[in-house]
Amino acid sequence: MRFILRYYVHPPVYYMFLGMAEERRQKQCSVVLPTESMKAMAESVGVGQLQEDSCVALSEEVSYRIKEIAQDALKFMHHGKRRKLTTSDVDNALKLKNVEPLYGFQSQEFIPFRFASGGGRELHFYEEKEVDLSDIINTPLPRVPLDVSLKAHWLSIEGMQPAIPENPPPATKEQQKSESTEPLKVVKPGQEEEGTIQNKTQGTTATDGKGKEKGMIRLKPRSTHELSVEQQLYYKEITEACVGSCEAKRAEALQSIATDPGLYQMLPRFSTFISEGVRVNVVQNNLALLIYLMRMVKALMDNPTLYLEKYLHELIPAVVTCIVSKQLCLRPDVDNHWALRDFAARLMAQSCKTFSTTTNNIQSRITKTFTKSWLDDKTQWTTRYGCIAGLAELGPDVIKTLILPRLSVEGARIKAVMEGPVVSNIDKIGADHVQSLLLKHCASVIAKIRPQPDNVEQYRSDYGYLGPMLCSHVMKARTQAALQAQQVNRTTLTITQPRPTLSVSQSGLSGSSGPRTPSIIKVPSSLTLMSPRPGTPSQPSPPATKYIVMATSAGAASTQQVYCSSNIGVTTSPILL
Amino acid sequence: MAAVQGGLVDASEEKDIKTEPSSDGCGNNDTNDARPLSTSPGSNAPGGNAKTSSGSTEEQQTLLAVLQFLKKNNLTESVEILRREAGLPEDSLDLKGSDSSGASSGGSAGGVDGVGVDASALLSRVTVSSSAGVQAPMKTSGEDQPDVNVVLSAYSQQGDPALYETYYSGLKRFIETVLDCHRAELSQVFYPLFVHMYLELVYNNHENEAKSFFEKFSGDQECYYEEDLRVLSSLTKKEHMRGNETLLDFRTSKFVLRISRDSYQLLKRHLQERQNNQIWNIIQEHLYIDIFDGMPRSKSQIDAMSGSLAGEAKRDANKSKVYYGLLKEPEIELPLDDEDEEAENEEGKPKKKKPKKDSMGSKSKKQDPNAPSQTRIPLPELKDSDKLDKIMYMKEATKRIRLGPETLPSICFYSFLNAYQGLTAVDLTDDSSLIAGGFADSTVRVWCVTPKKLRKVKSAADLNLIDKESDDVLERIMDEKTASESKILYGHSGPVYGISFSPDRNYLLSSSEDGTVRLWSLQTFTCLVGYKGHNYPVWDTQFSPHGYYFVSGGHDRVARLWATDHYQPLRMFAGHLADITCTRFHPNSNYVATGSSDRTIRLWDVLTGNCVRIFTGHKGPIHALAFSPNGKFLASGATDGRVLLWDIGHGLMIGELKGHTDTIYALRFSRDGEILASGSMDNTVRLWDSMKAFDDLETDDFTAATGHIHLQDNSQELLLGTYMSKSTPVIHLHFTRRNLLLAAGAYNP
Repeated sequence: MRFILRYYVHPPVYYMFLGMAEERRQKQCSVVLPTESMKAMAESVGVGQLQEDSCVALSEEVSYRIKEIAQDALKFMHHGKRRKLTTSDVDNALKLKNVEPLYGFQSQEFIPFRFASGGGRELHFYEEKEVDLSDIINTPLPRVPLDVSLKAHWLSIEGMQPAIPENPPPATKEQQKSESTEPLKVVKPGQEEEGTIQNKTQGTTATDGKGKEKGMIRLKPRSTHELSVEQQLYYKEITEACVGSCEAKRAEALQSIATDPGLYQMLPRFSTFISEGVRVNVVQNNLALLIYLMRMVKALMDNPTLYLEKYLHELIPAVVTCIVSKQLCLRPDVDNHWALRDFAARLMAQSCKTFSTTTNNIQSRITKTFTKSWLDDKTQWTTRYGCIAGLAELGPDVIKTLILPRLSVEGARIKAVMEGPVVSNIDKIGADHVQSLLLKHCASVIAKIRPQPDNVEQYRSDYGYLGPMLCSHVMKARTQAALQAQQVNRTTLTITQPRPTLSVSQSGLSGSSGPRTPSIIKVPSSLTLMSPRPGTPSQPSPPATKYIVMATSAGAASTQQVYCSSNIGVTTSPILL
Repeated sequence: MAAVQGGLVDASEEKDIKTEPSSDGCGNNDTNDARPLSTSPGSNAPGGNAKTSSGSTEEQQTLLAVLQFLKKNNLTESVEILRREAGLPEDSLDLKGSDSSGASSGGSAGGVDGVGVDASALLSRVTVSSSAGVQAPMKTSGEDQPDVNVVLSAYSQQGDPALYETYYSGLKRFIETVLDCHRAELSQVFYPLFVHMYLELVYNNHENEAKSFFEKFSGDQECYYEEDLRVLSSLTKKEHMRGNETLLDFRTSKFVLRISRDSYQLLKRHLQERQNNQIWNIIQEHLYIDIFDGMPRSKSQIDAMSGSLAGEAKRDANKSKVYYGLLKEPEIELPLDDEDEEAENEEGKPKKKKPKKDSMGSKSKKQDPNAPSQTRIPLPELKDSDKLDKIMYMKEATKRIRLGPETLPSICFYSFLNAYQGLTAVDLTDDSSLIAGGFADSTVRVWCVTPKKLRKVKSAADLNLIDKESDDVLERIMDEKTASESKILYGHSGPVYGISFSPDRNYLLSSSEDGTVRLWSLQTFTCLVGYKGHNYPVWDTQFSPHGYYFVSGGHDRVARLWATDHYQPLRMFAGHLADITCTRFHPNSNYVATGSSDRTIRLWDVLTGNCVRIFTGHKGPIHALAFSPNGKFLASGATDGRVLLWDIGHGLMIGELKGHTDTIYALRFSRDGEILASGSMDNTVRLWDSMKAFDDLETDDFTAATGHIHLQDNSQELLLGTYMSKSTPVIHLHFTRRNLLLAAGAYNP
């Protein structure tokens, strides 16, 4: 036996219902079904030629009746204590009008309408599947849905909402955002956020809030900064794991920071931890720890429930330090501190994107800082590299306006180091890195803005020493673009994304001999970061070096090769961010 | 204030404005002949005998139509009279002459534009009214809804449809130019005028004019009428008017406006000067203007009270005496083995609190002057078990936490998991031991929230075996095998929208979409009675605080009072213009409050069945009501997210609590009335300082006589706390006897 469920809905009917159900504020009342719908429906029940007049009359009548039913259905929705209109509401409304409801059309959730068009007609329809009863009988029964059950929890204990999983996190991201970006808004009475904020700090306001009610001036209530015992414990565990030696633990800890909802209250602690940690470890040239701390910053930024704006004054200096510091590791000639700079630069770009507003002007301030120290002749290659990386990560526009014009100057400087007679090895490596960095970032931008054809001489005259190499890079980029349309940019982007940390953390691991004691972080408030010398990872790791070599050569090579090198990175280092 | 005299408006003036308030359908048409002569501008309209020739053909057609109608209804006598009168032209002229002064109040249209349809309109009206006496008894048979034709008949006369816009915008211009103090008051006229003019256009088949009229002016209306305007806009054809409830509401009930005398005179003078009969007719026929002496009200005052489907409440509607006091608690012998504290309680017999703390309406052994007499309505005798429960109550009451802004209650949230959006109603017993949920799948489930399990009574055969003399007979009758934490009650055939425990915890009421109210036994967990009467969904039901009685209300707009042992209702409370969405009993069981989709709250006297209070001010359907424990105040919550507080004795709005962003489904006062808790669809529970709200009021100069209120915007000061649940709309709140707040809702993942 076969049952066929048949139901047609035409776009207007469907949208009319949607419109009524959502109770849109705009006037959507004068919507009338088009006569074509009438015709289509008439045809579907076997009435061939319907007069135009009767179509008009019908459509008006039908529109009116549908609206009537939708209004009644809304009543059922309200009494059902729901926000969503369901098919059963419509059925009940039909029943109210003494109309037979539509059987076999039950759905709690979204109705899977399908859309078809053809011959200038559009149709939304409920897919009519032929149901074979024997199939249904023979299939094993689905699992019984869980029965309704009752669960109790404390929503509030004497005015304070306990921080338990059943309750929402104390402050939502929007709230944190509005609190930090529009601090005045909270003071105004009658705002929506206020209730929740007041609630959050009920404990303090209830005791000292006697005088706060009167008058226009309302002080923002102090918020509590004491952490519960559990939170203290959590903080200790997390920080220790983040800077500890066990990579698996660290991954877990970072995962927790990046996803857990209730970290809002611990945010000040984390931010102090990071900024202090960077300060101490930069002095001590402890590359591994700096990397760990930057990964923490990344995790915090990734957390969808946190809004870091209030803590940028601590985080940005730390991040910028990791980008431009003269020395980040003990042996700059062998350690891969470049990757850390890349990674931190990316973090910087991300925070610019998220938090830069017209009031704090982060992006322009950062750009200025980078440009200033880049332009300085005495700047070391390491810092120079950091500045360029920091600027380049800010996007093609920044590259176009700030980096491209300086390519020839920079080229000359590199040339002086590479081809000049007496240079320290460190400078040479530095210049080499800067060169590859410039090539990497500029090529794609030039490929976009510069018209074909790519002439080596032309490039040389435009960009000086770097010209020829740039030319080949650009050509590569173009062929890539031609090959895989828009895929090019994305692949290079995804490949470069996690690379530096991967290789470096690998170096950190392989370099550390024996169990390395982490920096001691005990009490959040009195934060002392000490890092014993011997544990520092100072050995250059082979994969990292390999990667860098590849990357340099990749200046002339295709992305495929870069990808290849990245594969090596992944296989050799199973640690993922 | 001068407005004290408001009620003493001199009789002639009063008549001038008001017409009979008879609003029920059948009696509707006899308002025409009973209407007193008015000095309306229509009487001096020149159109009366202007162009009889042009109107004659039309006239004849109308006459024929009327004759046919009468014949169809077997009203031969009327037919005779009409024919005689119509056959003699001078007679009909006479009639016109004599009546043009009288009936033209409703009839003469187009006095300004000079279209002479006066006569025909008059005639049709006169004939209808002359036959009304005969008609009436026939009409009543078998129709509980007013006959649409009769209702609409007043729309049959018409002016030039093109001029409607001119009229309306003329009036708009006038009102915009009057003095500021009158503008707000006169602006109230806009909305009802707009609706009636639109309906007139639609009724007379001027579709395009109606549409352009609507488009032009609908934007001017107050935002809280949006819902009604939406209904109105979908109504574009005469055929649609048949059976449209909103329309019927508008026609059958007069829209009530409160306007100061000065403002009214201003309006009247303007309309007379302009000879704006069209508008004047509508004001005369369809509006009820409640005139008061004194200062015109301000915009905010008007906005606070308006918003209901049929305008504000008439002042005299809220004048009658309401006995809002509590009944005296019966004397109960308390076992003496308890400590001193209990003994102390025994003397006072406080119902809602300890005797030492007298915060709200001090209670003593003397009868409260505002309380109804103990025997005003017959209440059930107290059983032994009830007395035991009362004692328990008092013991618990002594351990009650005294709440206030400094000591907020703890909130325990009962989440219904896996309810799949199907939880539609929740109730808790007074002692907080049982919780019941009504579900969209027609089931009712009862949980026990104490360690005690739910058990059924043994079957009759087993009961026979029990030794009835034993001390623990009550324990023995229970069947241990059936013990479980929850029980499911099957019986309804539609979503269960209302649920209520009886005070003695032996019964449970549930109301459903299937139109029935069911009474369940919590001893046997079976259905005892199905109360049929509402033929449409029953939205809410509640037991009286003293048991035995219960009230129900639903889509049929009638609230019914039942007694558990009668399967017919004892009282029917009719008057709401739209669905009754929630029902509550007053703590003294003598009154019932109902909230409705027509955005009004009505208070009904159980004894007489009269409506004793009408509260207007909400801008959306009302979904929650709560009486304060001392019976003096009422709180109401609606889809507009606002909680309004009402003084029952004075019939006044006394507070507005803003903060929720979605429909309020639950309201509850703490046991001592100091805190009001509200729960809403926006997933929050909010606590309000109700003491402060009521105190502020009493220190205010109380202009009870005028009914004009100045609401302070102090919601933020009164808000004591907001507690957000993760994703659980709050649909029920309950204070335990020790003032712990329990909230309930279904978790929506």
